[in-house]
Amino acid sequence: MEGTAVQRRLTWQVATVAATTRETPTVRTIELTVPEWPGHRAGQHLDVRLTAEDGYVAEREYSIASAPGEPVLITVERLDDGEVSPYLTEELRVGDALELRGPVGGYFVWEEADGGPLLLVAGGSGIAPLRAIIRQHQRSGSDTPVRLLYSARTLPDVIYRAELDSYADDIAVSYTLTRARPPGWTGYARRVDAELLAEAAWPAGQQPLAFVCGPTSFVETAAAGLVGLGYRPERVKTERFGGTGGT
Amino acid sequence: MQTLDGNAIAGVLHEIFGKEMTAVTVTCGSCGFTAPVANTVIYPHLPGTVARCRNCAALLMVITRIRGVYCVDLQGIAAMKSPMDT
Repeated sequence: MEGTAVQRRLTWQVATVAATTRETPTVRTIELTVPEWPGHRAGQHLDVRLTAEDGYVAEREYSIASAPGEPVLITVERLDDGEVSPYLTEELRVGDALELRGPVGGYFVWEEADGGPLLLVAGGSGIAPLRAIIRQHQRSGSDTPVRLLYSARTLPDVIYRAELDSYADDIAVSYTLTRARPPGWTGYARRVDAELLAEAAWPAGQQPLAFVCGPTSFVETAAAGLVGLGYRPERVKTERFGGTGGT
Repeated sequence: MQTLDGNAIAGVLHEIFGKEMTAVTVTCGSCGFTAPVANTVIYPHLPGTVARCRNCAALLMVITRIRGVYCVDLQGIAAMKSPMDT
Protein backbone atom coordinates (compact mmCIF):
# COMPACT_ATOMS: atom_id res chain seq x y z
CA MET A 1 0.00 0.00 0.00
CA GLU A 2 2.77 2.39 0.84
CA GLY A 3 3.27 4.88 -1.94
CA THR A 4 0.18 3.82 -3.84
CA ALA A 5 -2.04 6.59 -2.57
CA VAL A 6 -1.34 10.20 -1.79
CA GLN A 7 -2.59 10.82 1.71
CA ARG A 8 -2.71 14.28 3.12
CA ARG A 9 -0.74 14.45 6.31
CA LEU A 10 -2.68 15.93 9.17
CA THR A 11 -0.65 18.64 10.82
CA TRP A 12 -1.28 21.35 13.35
CA GLN A 13 -1.28 24.86 11.99
CA VAL A 14 -1.98 28.33 13.27
CA ALA A 15 -5.21 29.95 12.16
CA THR A 16 -6.32 33.52 12.79
CA VAL A 17 -9.67 34.62 14.11
CA ALA A 18 -11.29 36.68 11.33
CA ALA A 19 -14.64 37.39 12.97
CA THR A 20 -16.88 36.28 15.79
CA THR A 21 -20.66 36.21 16.03
CA ARG A 22 -22.67 35.91 19.23
CA GLU A 23 -25.37 33.36 18.50
CA THR A 24 -26.94 33.02 21.95
CA PRO A 25 -25.74 34.12 25.41
CA THR A 26 -23.62 30.94 25.65
CA VAL A 27 -22.83 30.20 22.02
CA ARG A 28 -20.43 31.93 19.68
CA THR A 29 -19.47 31.32 16.07
CA ILE A 30 -15.83 31.90 15.18
CA GLU A 31 -14.66 32.51 11.63
CA LEU A 32 -11.12 31.32 11.06
CA THR A 33 -8.57 32.19 8.43
CA VAL A 34 -6.57 29.03 7.91
CA PRO A 35 -3.46 29.44 5.75
CA GLU A 36 -3.32 25.90 4.45
CA TRP A 37 -6.91 24.76 4.39
CA PRO A 38 -7.33 21.92 1.90
CA GLY A 39 -11.11 22.34 1.79
CA HIS A 40 -13.67 20.34 3.69
CA ARG A 41 -16.84 18.33 3.23
CA ALA A 42 -20.16 19.18 4.86
CA GLY A 43 -20.28 17.54 8.28
CA GLN A 44 -16.54 17.28 8.96
CA HIS A 45 -14.89 18.79 12.00
CA LEU A 46 -11.56 20.11 13.15
CA ASP A 47 -9.42 19.78 16.26
CA VAL A 48 -8.47 22.82 18.31
CA ARG A 49 -5.45 22.78 20.61
CA LEU A 50 -4.87 25.25 23.42
CA THR A 51 -1.55 25.34 25.23
CA ALA A 52 -1.30 27.01 28.61
CA GLU A 53 1.75 28.97 29.72
CA ASP A 54 2.83 26.04 31.87
CA GLY A 55 2.71 23.72 28.88
CA TYR A 56 -0.61 22.06 29.73
CA VAL A 57 -2.36 21.11 26.50
CA ALA A 58 -6.09 20.68 25.91
CA GLU A 59 -7.55 19.47 22.62
CA ARG A 60 -11.20 19.60 21.54
CA GLU A 61 -13.11 18.76 18.38
CA TYR A 62 -15.53 21.23 16.82
CA SER A 63 -17.82 20.68 13.88
CA ILE A 64 -17.30 22.96 10.93
CA ALA A 65 -20.47 25.02 10.64
CA SER A 66 -19.95 26.28 7.08
CA ALA A 67 -20.27 24.67 3.67
CA PRO A 68 -17.32 23.65 1.51
CA GLY A 69 -15.95 26.75 -0.20
CA GLU A 70 -17.13 29.10 2.52
CA PRO A 71 -14.88 30.58 5.22
CA VAL A 72 -14.21 28.08 8.00
CA LEU A 73 -16.67 28.57 10.85
CA ILE A 74 -16.93 26.76 14.15
CA THR A 75 -19.76 27.25 16.61
CA VAL A 76 -18.83 26.78 20.24
CA GLU A 77 -21.11 26.41 23.24
CA ARG A 78 -19.70 27.50 26.58
CA LEU A 79 -19.60 24.73 29.14
CA ASP A 80 -19.29 26.22 32.59
CA ASP A 81 -16.85 23.55 33.73
CA GLY A 82 -15.06 23.43 30.38
CA GLU A 83 -11.34 23.93 29.92
CA VAL A 84 -11.52 25.22 26.37
CA SER A 85 -15.00 26.53 25.58
CA PRO A 86 -15.00 29.44 28.09
CA TYR A 87 -11.86 30.75 26.41
CA LEU A 88 -13.27 30.34 22.91
CA THR A 89 -16.63 31.88 23.73
CA GLU A 90 -15.54 34.70 26.04
CA GLU A 91 -11.85 35.53 25.66
CA LEU A 92 -10.85 34.95 22.06
CA ARG A 93 -10.70 38.14 19.97
CA VAL A 94 -10.49 38.95 16.26
CA GLY A 95 -6.86 38.70 15.20
CA ASP A 96 -5.96 36.12 17.83
CA ALA A 97 -4.14 32.98 16.78
CA LEU A 98 -5.64 29.54 17.28
CA GLU A 99 -3.90 26.21 16.73
CA LEU A 100 -5.93 23.67 14.78
CA ARG A 101 -5.79 20.69 12.48
CA GLY A 102 -8.30 19.44 9.99
CA PRO A 103 -10.60 18.83 8.42
CA VAL A 104 -11.11 15.38 9.92
CA GLY A 105 -13.86 12.79 9.77
CA GLY A 106 -15.47 11.10 6.81
CA TYR A 107 -18.41 9.24 8.29
CA PHE A 108 -20.71 12.06 9.35
CA VAL A 109 -20.52 13.68 5.93
CA TRP A 110 -23.27 14.43 3.45
CA GLU A 111 -22.84 14.08 -0.28
CA GLU A 112 -25.58 14.78 -2.79
CA ALA A 113 -25.01 11.33 -4.29
CA ASP A 114 -26.01 9.66 -1.01
CA GLY A 115 -29.61 10.08 -2.14
CA GLY A 116 -32.88 9.82 -0.29
CA PRO A 117 -34.84 12.56 1.33
CA LEU A 118 -32.66 14.04 4.03
CA LEU A 119 -33.65 14.13 7.69
CA LEU A 120 -31.54 16.27 9.99
CA VAL A 121 -32.08 15.93 13.74
CA ALA A 122 -30.26 18.39 16.00
CA GLY A 123 -30.03 18.60 19.76
CA GLY A 124 -28.73 21.95 21.02
CA SER A 125 -25.39 22.90 19.45
CA GLY A 126 -25.55 19.65 17.48
CA ILE A 127 -27.04 21.88 14.81
CA ALA A 128 -23.52 23.03 13.77
CA PRO A 129 -22.55 20.25 11.32
CA LEU A 130 -26.15 20.04 10.11
CA ARG A 131 -26.02 23.72 9.24
CA ALA A 132 -22.96 22.95 7.10
CA ILE A 133 -25.00 20.27 5.36
CA ILE A 134 -27.94 22.66 4.85
CA ARG A 135 -25.67 25.34 3.43
CA GLN A 136 -24.05 22.81 1.10
CA HIS A 137 -27.51 21.70 0.04
CA GLN A 138 -28.39 25.32 -0.76
CA ARG A 139 -25.12 26.16 -2.50
CA SER A 140 -25.20 23.10 -4.69
CA GLY A 141 -28.80 23.71 -5.72
CA SER A 142 -29.65 20.21 -4.58
CA ASP A 143 -33.22 19.08 -5.14
CA THR A 144 -33.00 16.47 -2.36
CA PRO A 145 -35.93 17.21 -0.01
CA VAL A 146 -34.80 18.16 3.49
CA ARG A 147 -36.49 18.15 6.86
CA LEU A 148 -34.82 19.54 9.96
CA LEU A 149 -36.00 18.73 13.46
CA TYR A 150 -34.21 20.89 16.01
CA SER A 151 -34.58 20.46 19.75
CA ALA A 152 -33.62 23.32 22.05
CA ARG A 153 -34.54 24.37 25.57
CA THR A 154 -36.10 27.69 24.64
CA LEU A 155 -36.53 29.77 21.49
CA PRO A 156 -33.62 32.11 22.36
CA ASP A 157 -31.42 29.00 22.63
CA VAL A 158 -32.02 28.16 18.97
CA ILE A 159 -28.76 28.77 17.12
CA TYR A 160 -28.86 30.24 13.55
CA ARG A 161 -32.59 30.80 13.95
CA ALA A 162 -32.93 33.66 11.44
CA GLU A 163 -30.91 31.74 8.88
CA LEU A 164 -32.85 28.53 9.39
CA ASP A 165 -36.15 30.36 9.10
CA SER A 166 -34.97 31.92 5.84
CA TYR A 167 -34.84 28.46 4.27
CA ALA A 168 -38.54 27.92 4.87
CA ASP A 169 -39.36 27.62 1.16
CA ASP A 170 -36.85 24.82 0.63
CA ILE A 171 -36.49 23.08 3.93
CA ALA A 172 -39.14 22.00 6.39
CA VAL A 173 -37.83 23.20 9.75
CA SER A 174 -39.52 21.97 12.92
CA TYR A 175 -38.48 23.17 16.35
CA THR A 176 -39.23 21.49 19.61
CA LEU A 177 -38.74 23.55 22.75
CA THR A 178 -38.29 21.39 25.80
CA ARG A 179 -38.15 23.86 28.67
CA ALA A 180 -40.16 26.96 27.88
CA ARG A 181 -42.24 28.22 25.00
CA PRO A 182 -43.18 31.76 23.98
CA PRO A 183 -46.90 32.65 24.13
CA GLY A 184 -48.78 31.25 21.18
CA TRP A 185 -46.04 28.70 20.31
CA THR A 186 -47.32 26.31 17.67
CA GLY A 187 -44.23 24.11 17.33
CA TYR A 188 -43.43 20.99 19.29
CA ALA A 189 -43.03 21.28 23.02
CA ARG A 190 -41.43 18.08 24.24
CA ARG A 191 -38.31 16.00 24.06
CA VAL A 192 -37.61 14.12 20.87
CA ASP A 193 -39.01 10.62 21.18
CA ALA A 194 -40.38 7.93 18.88
CA GLU A 195 -43.79 9.54 18.73
CA LEU A 196 -42.45 12.95 17.78
CA LEU A 197 -40.17 11.40 15.17
CA ALA A 198 -43.13 9.54 13.70
CA GLU A 199 -44.79 12.92 13.14
CA ALA A 200 -41.81 14.96 12.00
CA ALA A 201 -39.57 12.52 10.13
CA TRP A 202 -39.86 11.16 6.61
CA PRO A 203 -41.68 7.85 6.42
CA ALA A 204 -39.16 5.01 6.32
CA GLY A 205 -40.59 3.79 3.03
CA GLN A 206 -39.01 6.79 1.27
CA GLN A 207 -35.52 5.41 2.03
CA PRO A 208 -34.50 8.53 3.94
CA LEU A 209 -30.98 9.36 5.00
CA ALA A 210 -30.75 10.73 8.55
CA PHE A 211 -28.05 12.71 10.30
CA VAL A 212 -28.45 13.00 14.06
CA CYS A 213 -26.14 15.21 16.13
CA GLY A 214 -26.37 16.27 19.75
CA PRO A 215 -25.51 15.21 23.26
CA THR A 216 -25.03 11.47 23.71
CA SER A 217 -28.38 10.69 25.34
CA PHE A 218 -30.27 12.76 22.77
CA VAL A 219 -28.58 10.93 19.91
CA GLU A 220 -29.24 7.51 21.46
CA THR A 221 -32.95 8.26 21.78
CA ALA A 222 -33.35 9.81 18.36
CA ALA A 223 -31.34 7.17 16.49
CA ALA A 224 -33.13 4.30 18.22
CA GLY A 225 -36.44 6.00 17.48
CA LEU A 226 -35.65 6.27 13.77
CA VAL A 227 -34.53 2.65 13.54
CA GLY A 228 -37.76 1.75 15.35
CA LEU A 229 -39.68 3.57 12.62
CA GLY A 230 -38.00 1.36 10.07
CA TYR A 231 -35.01 3.49 9.06
CA ARG A 232 -32.09 1.32 8.02
CA PRO A 233 -29.39 1.60 10.71
CA GLU A 234 -26.67 2.32 8.16
CA ARG A 235 -28.78 5.23 6.88
CA VAL A 236 -28.91 6.83 10.34
CA LYS A 237 -25.62 8.65 10.80
CA THR A 238 -24.87 9.76 14.30
CA GLU A 239 -22.47 12.12 16.02
CA ARG A 240 -22.43 12.44 19.79
CA PHE A 241 -20.71 15.17 21.70
CA GLY A 242 -20.20 16.05 25.30
CA GLY A 243 -21.81 19.12 26.64
CA THR A 244 -24.61 20.24 28.79
CA GLY A 245 -27.39 18.35 27.10
CA GLY A 246 -29.05 21.64 26.22
CA THR A 247 -31.75 20.07 24.11
CA MET B 1 -19.82 8.20 32.77
CA GLN B 2 -20.59 10.31 29.73
CA THR B 3 -19.38 8.71 26.54
CA LEU B 4 -18.82 10.05 23.06
CA ASP B 5 -18.49 8.25 19.76
CA GLY B 6 -15.72 7.53 17.30
CA ASN B 7 -16.23 10.81 15.46
CA ALA B 8 -14.49 12.40 18.43
CA ILE B 9 -11.22 10.61 17.72
CA ALA B 10 -11.12 11.29 13.98
CA GLY B 11 -8.12 13.57 14.41
CA VAL B 12 -5.97 11.26 16.48
CA LEU B 13 -6.80 8.29 14.25
CA HIS B 14 -5.92 10.29 11.16
CA GLU B 15 -2.65 11.24 12.81
CA ILE B 16 -1.83 7.60 13.62
CA PHE B 17 -3.08 5.86 10.49
CA GLY B 18 -2.35 8.68 8.04
CA LYS B 19 -5.89 8.64 6.63
CA GLU B 20 -9.51 9.18 7.48
CA MET B 21 -10.64 6.28 9.69
CA THR B 22 -14.11 7.06 11.06
CA ALA B 23 -15.92 5.52 8.08
CA VAL B 24 -13.84 2.33 8.32
CA THR B 25 -15.94 -0.54 9.63
CA VAL B 26 -14.65 -2.64 12.50
CA THR B 27 -15.80 -6.08 13.52
CA CYS B 28 -15.83 -6.76 17.23
CA GLY B 29 -13.67 -9.72 18.19
CA SER B 30 -16.06 -10.64 21.00
CA CYS B 31 -19.55 -10.49 19.48
CA GLY B 32 -18.96 -10.00 15.76
CA PHE B 33 -20.92 -6.74 15.60
CA THR B 34 -19.75 -4.68 12.64
CA ALA B 35 -20.10 -0.91 12.51
CA PRO B 36 -18.15 2.16 11.48
CA VAL B 37 -15.41 3.40 13.82
CA ALA B 38 -17.63 6.49 14.17
CA ASN B 39 -20.20 4.35 15.95
CA THR B 40 -17.89 2.94 18.64
CA VAL B 41 -18.30 4.07 22.24
CA ILE B 42 -15.51 6.41 23.31
CA TYR B 43 -14.53 7.04 26.91
CA PRO B 44 -12.93 10.45 26.67
CA HIS B 45 -11.74 11.11 30.19
CA LEU B 46 -9.56 8.11 30.87
CA PRO B 47 -5.80 8.12 30.56
CA GLY B 48 -5.55 7.53 26.83
CA THR B 49 -8.48 6.80 24.57
CA VAL B 50 -10.65 3.70 24.85
CA ALA B 51 -13.10 2.54 22.18
CA ARG B 52 -15.68 -0.12 23.02
CA CYS B 53 -18.21 -2.08 20.98
CA ARG B 54 -21.64 -0.43 20.94
CA ASN B 55 -23.31 -3.85 20.96
CA CYS B 56 -21.45 -5.77 23.68
CA ALA B 57 -19.14 -3.15 25.26
CA ALA B 58 -16.05 -5.26 24.66
CA LEU B 59 -12.77 -3.39 24.37
CA LEU B 60 -11.93 -2.70 20.72
CA MET B 61 -9.11 -0.22 20.78
CA VAL B 62 -6.83 1.47 23.30
CA ILE B 63 -4.65 4.40 22.31
CA THR B 64 -2.10 5.87 24.68
CA ARG B 65 0.68 8.33 24.10
CA ILE B 66 3.85 8.00 26.06
CA ARG B 67 6.64 10.51 25.63
CA GLY B 68 5.35 11.47 22.19
CA VAL B 69 4.97 7.90 20.93
CA TYR B 70 1.53 6.43 20.31
CA CYS B 71 0.80 2.93 21.56
CA VAL B 72 -2.16 1.47 19.68
CA ASP B 73 -3.78 -1.75 20.90
CA LEU B 74 -6.26 -3.16 18.40
CA GLN B 75 -6.51 -6.70 19.71
CA GLY B 76 -10.27 -6.46 20.36
CA ILE B 77 -10.90 -5.95 16.66
CA ALA B 78 -11.41 -9.02 14.49
CA ALA B 79 -11.43 -7.16 11.17
CA MET B 80 -11.26 -3.66 9.72
CA LYS B 81 -12.59 -2.73 6.31
CA SER B 82 -12.22 0.57 4.55
CA PRO B 83 -15.23 1.85 2.56
CA MET B 84 -12.82 2.26 -0.36
CA ASP B 85 -11.91 -1.47 -0.33
CA THR B 86 -13.66 -3.46 -2.98
